[in-house]
Amino acid sequence: MATNRQKTTLGAVLIPATAWLVIFFIIPLLIVLVYSFLERGTYGGVQWSFTFENYQRLFNPLFLGVMGRSIWLGLVTTVICLLIGYPMAYYIATAPPRWRNALLLLVIVPFWTNFLVRTYAWILILRSEGLVNIALQSTQIIDKPLELLFTPFAVTIGLVYGYLPFMILPLYSTIEKFNFSLVEAAQDLGANDLKSLIRIIIPLTMRGIIAGSLLVFIPSVGAFITPNILGGAKTLMIGNIIENQFLKTRHWPFGSALSMLLMAVVLIPVMIYFRTEEARS
Amino acid sequence: MLKRLSRLSIFIALFVFTALLAIACVAPDPNASTSTPGSSSSPAVKTLNLYNWTTYIDPEVVREFEQKFSAKVKYDTFDSNESLYAKIKAGNPGYDIIVPTDYMVEIMVAEGILEELNLSKLPNRKNLSPRFQNLSFDPNNKHSIPYQWGTQGLGYNIKATGGEIDSWDEIFDPKYQGRVALLDDMRATLGVMLIYLGYSLNTKSAEEIAEARDALISLRDNVAAFHADTGQDLLAQGQVDLVVEYNGDIFQKMEENPDLRYVIPKEGTIFWTDNLAIPKGAPNRELAEQFINFILEPEIGAKNSNFIKYASPNQGAIDQGLIDADSLKDPGIYPDPEVLTKLKILEDVGEATRLYDEAWTEVKVSIGG
Amino acid sequence: MAISLPKSPALAGRKFPKFEILVRQWGGRSLGLFTTLGFAFIYIPILILVIYSFNLSRTSGVWTGFTLNWYSSLWQGATNQSLDISNILIWDALRNSLIVGSISTVIATVLGTMLAIALERFRFRGKALIEALVFLPIIIPEITMGISLLVFFSLAFQLFQTLTGIRLVLGLPTVIIGHVSFNISFVVITIRARLAELDPSLEEAALDLGASEFQAIKRIILPLIAPSIFSAGLLAFTLSLDDFIVTFFISGIGSTTLPLFVYGMIRLSVTPAINAISTLMLVASLVLVISSTSVQQNAVRK
Repeated sequence: MATNRQKTTLGAVLIPATAWLVIFFIIPLLIVLVYSFLERGTYGGVQWSFTFENYQRLFNPLFLGVMGRSIWLGLVTTVICLLIGYPMAYYIATAPPRWRNALLLLVIVPFWTNFLVRTYAWILILRSEGLVNIALQSTQIIDKPLELLFTPFAVTIGLVYGYLPFMILPLYSTIEKFNFSLVEAAQDLGANDLKSLIRIIIPLTMRGIIAGSLLVFIPSVGAFITPNILGGAKTLMIGNIIENQFLKTRHWPFGSALSMLLMAVVLIPVMIYFRTEEARS
Repeated sequence: MLKRLSRLSIFIALFVFTALLAIACVAPDPNASTSTPGSSSSPAVKTLNLYNWTTYIDPEVVREFEQKFSAKVKYDTFDSNESLYAKIKAGNPGYDIIVPTDYMVEIMVAEGILEELNLSKLPNRKNLSPRFQNLSFDPNNKHSIPYQWGTQGLGYNIKATGGEIDSWDEIFDPKYQGRVALLDDMRATLGVMLIYLGYSLNTKSAEEIAEARDALISLRDNVAAFHADTGQDLLAQGQVDLVVEYNGDIFQKMEENPDLRYVIPKEGTIFWTDNLAIPKGAPNRELAEQFINFILEPEIGAKNSNFIKYASPNQGAIDQGLIDADSLKDPGIYPDPEVLTKLKILEDVGEATRLYDEAWTEVKVSIGG
Repeated sequence: MAISLPKSPALAGRKFPKFEILVRQWGGRSLGLFTTLGFAFIYIPILILVIYSFNLSRTSGVWTGFTLNWYSSLWQGATNQSLDISNILIWDALRNSLIVGSISTVIATVLGTMLAIALERFRFRGKALIEALVFLPIIIPEITMGISLLVFFSLAFQLFQTLTGIRLVLGLPTVIIGHVSFNISFVVITIRARLAELDPSLEEAALDLGASEFQAIKRIILPLIAPSIFSAGLLAFTLSLDDFIVTFFISGIGSTTLPLFVYGMIRLSVTPAINAISTLMLVASLVLVISSTSVQQNAVRK
């Protein structure tokens, strides 16, 4: 059924982006793949002798444990972002049209400030003499300051804060087009608000939920700057280990192998995403 | 909807950002000569591409250099030796001067990344203290010239310690539960433990490294955080009482908080040197050498050190009394000779790096849980 | 201000109408309250950031007094009165960040939109492969991407030099290329989510009436996914402004961006100058938001 014009249009939309990704991403990725089979050079980097040693090293409970923890933190972050982000996205998407862009911008504009000073601000909020503790102490809820800083809790807050826009923006773009007349129809048929929410709105915005979740989960698994600053570098994440390999230890092959592992592990939820896609279509 | 709303917002967005861009553009290119107006159009102006740590040079010095040599200085920044190494190793993007720390000079020399210095072009080298003319990582300044040096000791709040302290023992004291911050650097922190335990900073022995690792793990209750060179802020904020940090960082905070002190523990510690070096493929080699020679002048070396607050390797500057008297007197910045013998330089340990790496991971996993 | 659900006349015949009206009212109000709290969560650290830009002390977190020094030195840097080179460099860094940000956002949004449309509306061989391809730039750790791009560029430049004798170097263009590469994925995912929910019957109708695929895309799909394109663009711009690791490895002489500049400060001290310039950016952006609201008119949408 494909006419020539269809094919041309397809080509026009498909080829530029794909070509870009192939040249500027796939080829570099192949370099990493090749590196993961090489040996570390005497002073760092790589030397051209092949080995499977890097992959064998991966099966160390130490690394697998850190990977597990990173995934767990990623999941927690994603769920919290979803719980906070969905209502906010919903509110913005159903706001009067002339306010929508403004509200969306209000969400994202704070994230144009510098990441480092934003994270340092959280230190000022969470530390023993920080906002939270001062507020809790002055209202007599606690009498000794809580140790919030340099804990996994602080890391989670930092991650949620950093990735919230990644959840809100895709959710907004899906909810915004949601056809509310479907809800009216359902209510005419007897559904109440809660039912409408659960059985109509959420399933039909599922694409947005999944998109937002992936855009939060995937980067947060590999995050390491936030855990370093807010977690006092005590909460070791897989991102820290990989960074350490490339920089401090200068063991590029092992760093490459670890990256491959991380990519493989994270690919699983992505595969699930594809399956749900196929199931729906 | 590509209707009025979006078009208008796009227009306004462009306007605002153009405004910001305009301000940023009005700010002169530091590549333009900041000396005298009009001189930037001179065709004979040469460029020096400097790759340095941020704010690691007195801006006065840069201006003087530009004026004296009719040059423009382009200044880019990096944040760690390892990043510098990874970047330059892939091919010098065109830098004339880089500023690596001691162990990184050693590695770069071994990898053939640095040019050999033509010492005849650097007559001011005689101003360096003899010690700095022949350090272990680069004998006879073959590839690098020391720029600033410092130590990695203990910064502390004297109110919390109740007096002066003098030993690494202090961090093990249970009274500092959750009040100690260590450097988030495997060689620096494992190294300090090795020195404390009486071993070599650059040991390749698995047993010794394991001992250092266990010593660190025993600190788990005391360690509040591993900081990435923000230890001085944690100390000044009152978040911790003891911090392993570089001397200059602590001294900066001491100006604002008189309770802060710095000490080089009696067991010894790591002493580091940042160096000027010329990477291979530098486009303006001659100018680079002139720059290094210029930095080696006593007045210039003094200006830099007084600005950055680290120690100067320039004996000429010290002899001529150009260094801040307060800094000179302070054993934290210019240690006494006996202390100097206990200061060790970090060296690359080759294959054994992996032992440190694994030990470090184990420390982190144990402490962080 | 916001309506949670459109009012339904059917409510009249319901079993517990009063309860359901309550739920609706309270639902609406708690949604509003929740969103306000959400915005508070987002803005409190920003408020702190702004306040500390007036801090006399160089140390973050130790307030020693109020000062406008950081702003005045920025101003001096901007107008070439400053003696301190870092006051001048910071503006260069900001300029580079904005240039890279805007150009890479535009390219990534265009390419990403096209790719999203291709994946969502067409069938073709190798589609599954390309779908996987889109995810990879997000999955790959940033440092791995940075180093691999660095090695790629140096190999590519060497090859180019042997072929043509021209020596290319790292610089703003390579940074832009890197940013586009990871931004495309974010754009595609964001836009696809909305495209999937679009009713295809509108396009089918257009095609039946004789429009070409291209016209269908241009006049039907694009307007309908415009809010998506806007969100995706915002996301891409944000990612680009804050990117450090990938940018570091593929930047060249004179392409120091703001994050690069700031991270280089960690070794000595991250001063409130960064708070100040962040505040300026914030103010400029808020001006944008306010003006876009007050000038817009209610457009009839459906």
